[in-house]
Amino acid sequence: MGKLLAALIAVITIVSTAIFVRHTWWMPPDISVHGAGIDHQLGETMLSAGLLFVVSQLVLAFFIWRFADRGDARPIKTFPGGVTPMVVGALVLVGAEVLALTFVGTKVWAGIYQAPPNPNALHIDVQAEQFAFYFRYAGVDGKFGGTHPNLIDDGNGNFFGLDPANDTSARDDIVAASLVIPANQPILLTMHAKDVGHAFYVPELRIQQDFVPGLDIPLQFTATKTGKYEIVCTQLCGLGHYNMRAYLEVKAPDDFAQWLKDQAAQQ
Amino acid sequence: MTQHVATPAAAPHHAPPQTFLRKYVFSVDHKVIGKQYLGLALVAVCTGMFLSWLMRLHLAYPEIAIPGLSRLSPNGAPGGVMTPEYYLSLMTMHGTIMVFFVLTTAPFAGFGNFALPLQVGAEDMAFPRINMMSFWVTFVAFVVLIAAFFIPDGPPLSGWTAYAPLSAVGKDAGPGQGGGQTLWAVSIALFCVGQLLGALNFITTTLDLRTKGMSLARLPYATWAWFITSVIGLIAFSVLLPACILLILDRVAGTSFFIPAGLVISDRLQPHSGGSPLLWQHLFWFFGHPEVYIAILPGFGIISQVLPAFARKPLLGPRVFIACLAAIGLLSYTVWGHHMFLSGMNPFSATLFSVPTLIITIPATIVTLLWIGTVYGAKLRFTTAALFCLGFASVFVSGGISGFFLAQPSIDVYLHGTYFVVAHFHFVMGVAAMFGIFAGTYYWFPKMFGRMMNETLGKVHFVLTFIGVYCIFMPMHYLGLHGDVRRYSAFTDEYMKGDMPLHRFITVAALFTGAVQLIFFVNLIYSRFKGPKATDNPWQSTTLEWATTSPPPFDNFGGHPPVVYRGPNDYGTPSAAGDYTPQTTP
Amino acid sequence: MIPMRSLPVERVSPAPARTGVWVAVLAISMTFAAITSAMVARAGAALDWQPFRLPAVLYVNTVLLMLSSGTLESARSRLAQPEPRAIGGTAAHWLLVTLGLGLLFIAGQLLAWRALARQGWFLSTAPNSAFFYLFTALHGLHLLGGVAALVYAWRRVRMLGPAAADTLGAAALYWHFMTCLWVCVLLLLTIRL
Repeated sequence: MGKLLAALIAVITIVSTAIFVRHTWWMPPDISVHGAGIDHQLGETMLSAGLLFVVSQLVLAFFIWRFADRGDARPIKTFPGGVTPMVVGALVLVGAEVLALTFVGTKVWAGIYQAPPNPNALHIDVQAEQFAFYFRYAGVDGKFGGTHPNLIDDGNGNFFGLDPANDTSARDDIVAASLVIPANQPILLTMHAKDVGHAFYVPELRIQQDFVPGLDIPLQFTATKTGKYEIVCTQLCGLGHYNMRAYLEVKAPDDFAQWLKDQAAQQ
Repeated sequence: MTQHVATPAAAPHHAPPQTFLRKYVFSVDHKVIGKQYLGLALVAVCTGMFLSWLMRLHLAYPEIAIPGLSRLSPNGAPGGVMTPEYYLSLMTMHGTIMVFFVLTTAPFAGFGNFALPLQVGAEDMAFPRINMMSFWVTFVAFVVLIAAFFIPDGPPLSGWTAYAPLSAVGKDAGPGQGGGQTLWAVSIALFCVGQLLGALNFITTTLDLRTKGMSLARLPYATWAWFITSVIGLIAFSVLLPACILLILDRVAGTSFFIPAGLVISDRLQPHSGGSPLLWQHLFWFFGHPEVYIAILPGFGIISQVLPAFARKPLLGPRVFIACLAAIGLLSYTVWGHHMFLSGMNPFSATLFSVPTLIITIPATIVTLLWIGTVYGAKLRFTTAALFCLGFASVFVSGGISGFFLAQPSIDVYLHGTYFVVAHFHFVMGVAAMFGIFAGTYYWFPKMFGRMMNETLGKVHFVLTFIGVYCIFMPMHYLGLHGDVRRYSAFTDEYMKGDMPLHRFITVAALFTGAVQLIFFVNLIYSRFKGPKATDNPWQSTTLEWATTSPPPFDNFGGHPPVVYRGPNDYGTPSAAGDYTPQTTP
Repeated sequence: MIPMRSLPVERVSPAPARTGVWVAVLAISMTFAAITSAMVARAGAALDWQPFRLPAVLYVNTVLLMLSSGTLESARSRLAQPEPRAIGGTAAHWLLVTLGLGLLFIAGQLLAWRALARQGWFLSTAPNSAFFYLFTALHGLHLLGGVAALVYAWRRVRMLGPAAADTLGAAALYWHFMTCLWVCVLLLLTIRL
């Protein structure tokens, strides 16, 4: 029985590790400026955690196989050094790893979420609701119109509750169902929720942030590769949660400028 | 060196019960109450597991018509095809039932109630009537929760985490947010009360009712684990209870603790204003993180008691073990924000929470190394209970390792809300904690019922379950690394569609592993009535519950409280009893 | 590991009832601490805090409750000396006085609620009125539990059973905690509401 368990543990460990190592299922290629830090952090953790995983499982398997009761009169043996190597090992090895990961990881995290707003950022207003995302650009005047929840009228396309009749800065606001941005341009999103909690997640962009009703949350990033990517909701928001998505379209700067012009003409 | 020990205070003396109701229903006997809790957990785990089958079937085959489901809920599954909202409702109930009514109930209230008074050498818990109340309050909580399945609005769909404002605004938030959510909150509030009453007993009994010679240093490790768990629980449930009250008030009394102004839900401007959804998250996770340690710590204690018995060798480093339990208990209160890295709270606090989260891996690692070190040089007897202990070590390593990733905010940016998280918590809670429950069952069954379980069936149960759980939950890490999102009732996004074969594999594994549990149930029921009779100490264990008959008499020790002369760790040195020395031997 | 074999020194452990009450004190304190932090967080979350004046009867109730702690201690000291003194009755009598004061407190709290309701402050009117009702209701409920404990203790004291002093001591500990808790809640409401 012990041999069977030892073999099972060994096989499971080797097979599952191999799948991790081969990246059979893995992160999509990174299209962001900050993503390299995250990928590096993940790689480092995968290495150290993976080593810890493989070594502890295989040692456990070996001990199970080796120290079965074979009915002989041999005495039991205490682990050499007793409890000390366990404590020291955990403190030193795990402690050192934890320190290293924290030190590097904190910088990566702060670089994304604690960075001061970039003055050159293109500012886009994002609203999440059951079950869609809407994106608002300030238009030629560079100013966002005020939003009024009581004016929200989805049927007529007034998702943000703008008041263009009385609010001049709202008249040229561009509202779109896709997040269209130029490549290599810092973006600053201001995120708010209309009804319940939602979240914004783009795996390729290595970015994720909850929308919290009642709060306006900033999110900064820069995309480096053109293309069309899915934005999905990762905060349980009701029955349509699984289907709540929008598209991130990263365009070349000229194409983006053209798109903006076309949108302005249509509003 | 003198040992300071206490003479137990006036222990509760009550006459043996005579009527059927007093013996088996409204019993004040901790052994009966423990079995009642275990029975409740058994019903709960069957329900929770059934729900997970429904969920996995729908995920693998979203269009499938599940026979009979339309009778359970004509709205939720018209023609047997599950609606997205019903999937989320089943998911919510699955999580709630499993976390509360299985993982908190069985290892802690169930085994703890049965074994703790025996292990400390007492006749019963300190407050037997309050103990009885704690079970019946928990039972009512379960009934109230299950009632949500049968009301027209159906069960809630906001997850076991019930984030506001989705959970707080009421029916406007959509299907699944009517009365079912209120029933949920009432049920959980009642559950808190039941567990607080239980923790009261565990703590008082451990401190005040230890028999002569049973100093704190000589306490069995399972009792230490239950004691520390009750202290954690005392504080955690005391916070969840007011949180649920505030949620109920927001739902029915028009208050705005969690609901901000200006929300437009279902085209209606909500009347609430000023509340904070993050407040719910803070209150919930302040409870929620210690809760997962409440779920696993008793398992640590059970493994640390059972493994040495079948290794025929002392646990390595018992004092370090207890110190680690206490450290984990303390640290568990400092980490709750790691569930909220991306929640919109101040990003600097993410770093603050991440540090203790990573530090808590150190005592957890030490504990695992102590078990592995105990296996070194042992003479392992591969009983089913022992197999589940060894399996526990393996699955706890697997589950703990994924925690390393999630503990770091920078990595959590990518992995939060994905199947990687689902893999992590299922490995540590759904598998490791369950293995602790299985180990406890196979170990204490003879003491509870005076009969042995069938070892062959047990070994088959273990091997197939061990393979099965790895097949279910290891692939979920891969899905998460690919960015697949959790709590989705179907996968309509382009980049997730290609993962359907892996989802189907998981579903097949889940149904297979579920079917395997039938072996366990058959073994339980058959052995309960027809199993071979058990001796007092079939496993040759040192602790006090094995110093009395199987099952014990009504007052545990027949009016002769045991006297303790040593700790519980004397395995492996030859003595009059064999290769071990019971705690009662001078 | 060397087994401990030396002769144990005897020590009488405290009565379980007393330990139980300390445990309950810890739990109840945590509950009120959680609501306190919820209140602080809520006050900072929005600008809709609407201060109002606490009904004056609350201060009368506070005095009543503090008096009841005093009479409870009188009951306990009388239990230690069973012969009735010249002035004042037996322990059981003082217990009844305590119970009466406690019930008067509850009645007074209900009067406070009526006073607020007459001014238009209800549970859902404003966040601070919500917390007022929540704190006072929860404290009152727990105090009623203390009343039940005192009734239980009173029955034991009347029969002068051997455990009477222990039971009364445990019930008294709980009751004094209720008094302290009320004073803390009142201070909190005065400062923060």
